[in-house]
Order: sequence, then C-alpha cells, then structure tokens
Amino acid sequence: MKIGVVTFPGSLDDRDAARAARIAGAEAIPLWHADPDLHGVDAVVLPGGFSYGDYLRCGAIARFAPVMESIKHAAAGGLPVLGICNGFQILCEAHLLPGALTRNQHLHFRNRDQWLRMENTASPWTSAYESGQEILVPVKNGEGCYVADEKTLDMLEENGQVVARYINGNPNGSMRDIAAIRNEAGNVLGIMPHPEHAVEELTGPSLDGLGFFVSVLKMAVAQ
Amino acid sequence: MARVVVDVMLKPEILDPQGQAVANALPRLGVSDVASVRIGRRVEIEFEGEPDLERAREIADKLLANPVIEDYSVHVECVKVES
Repeated sequence: MKIGVVTFPGSLDDRDAARAARIAGAEAIPLWHADPDLHGVDAVVLPGGFSYGDYLRCGAIARFAPVMESIKHAAAGGLPVLGICNGFQILCEAHLLPGALTRNQHLHFRNRDQWLRMENTASPWTSAYESGQEILVPVKNGEGCYVADEKTLDMLEENGQVVARYINGNPNGSMRDIAAIRNEAGNVLGIMPHPEHAVEELTGPSLDGLGFFVSVLKMAVAQ
Repeated sequence: MARVVVDVMLKPEILDPQGQAVANALPRLGVSDVASVRIGRRVEIEFEGEPDLERAREIADKLLANPVIEDYSVHVECVKVES
C-alpha cells in the first residue's frame, strides 16, 4: 500500500509522517505541492508545519497548490486523506472539512504530550482504535483553536464526525474540546495533535499514534 | 491612482484573543475607558488598470478572508501621487 505525503514549502513534519507510514508497513511516497500527479497513492497525508510561512492565514495559500486540486478531486471519490496540524488547517481552508482553526485562546504556542479520547472511530484512519480509548500524543500548535458555529458543531456531534477530544486539559481553547474531526463520508480526517510523533519508543511519548496509519493500511488490505 | 482596500475582521461572535491582549495592556498606558479592542487586517490592492471592485470582492471571498470566521468589506480609495 502506498501512502503519499505532501511537502509544501514550509512543511516540517513530512519526514515524520512518511516514517510513521513506513513503520506501519506502508510504502511512503513523497508528493510535491507543485505536482498535481498523485502517483497512484492509496491514501494521502497533509503533514504539519508552516506551509507558505503561514502567511495570511494558516493553510490559506496551500489550499491553492496544484496538488490540492488533485487531492480535492480524489477525496470526493473516497481517497483517504489525513491532515495533521497544518494539514488540518489546509483541509478546513480547502472546505474539505467544516470550521476553522484560529489563534490559541491564551496566545501561547503549546508544545506538550496530550491525552485524547477517541470518539467515533468509524473511519479509514481510526478503525484500529476503540471508541472511548484514551491515547497520548504530542500537541504543538499556535493556531489550533477549533471554531465553528453552533449549528455546525451540533451537526458534527450528531453525525459522529467528532473523532477525538482533548482530555485532562484543552491546550488551545478548541470548542467542545475538539481535537479531530472527519467529513461526513469519513475518508477525510483532520487532527490537530501529532499521531506521527508517537509511533516509536525512542522518540515518542507512546506508540498510540501508530493506529492512524495501521487503520488505513488495514482498510487497503481488506479491499 | 486608485486602489481597492479590503478590510478583513473576525466575525463578532469569534473570540479575538489578540484584541483582548491589547485591551488588557491599555491600563498600563493609563487608559481605562476602553471597552473592547478587536484586530483585523487591511489589504491594499492595486490593479494595473482601473480598480475593479467586483474582482476585489472575489479575491477577498476566495483568499483574503475565510468566510467561516471573518467578514470583509471592500472600497476604492484615491491615492495622491507625489510628483
């Protein structure tokens, strides 16, 4: 199975995302922002970082990258897409996910290990987790405060599109403690914390993040 | 010469922690009668030909503002060219 990882100018977690994909047992394929060709990948990760220097708004310019046109099109056809941190911001700016990510309420950049509770796990990226499972992964963001209007938030809850919530403290003021959401179909998922940094003992606080990459692999094998 | 100015502001219901931080600093200047501060962004666009409000509106809607969290307004401004 091939997992594509996009590099934008200013991406910085693309290597870690590719490594996580490899540790899970997939082949990691580097994708380039200016190349609209998805090179036959079975899933795509939009990694963390500061694409285009976070100019204007985080993710606002990356949204117009040639590769994003192809990803938008493929996502509508069911391609699994995982946006982590800046990738989540890009997915919201591209209107592939509802809502927006804004400046942390306390204005500080937060960098720490963070407990999450998995909520709805019925998606290609989360089937390896149990609903209610608590996981520990790093969080590191300055603009991770998830906001949406009440109607959208209610809709997310009703449709089971809230994938994970912060527990033991909300690091950025996100509404309803939302750490991760998915689209209605389930194939597009955005998460603010970093599962790709929690995939091996040497460098992560746990191995809890590996499940995202294992899930999508399992789905591909099953097909 | 004329330019189009786009003002982008967070919607009233969206919390503006930056504005709050500025408001909280004002008493240190001895200013105590400010009820609230909100911070936005001003973008100046110069077209090669005549200023085009419609095009500017499209640019604002698609790129300069995120309509999920921000409102924008567009107007033409005359600029004095120094000779």
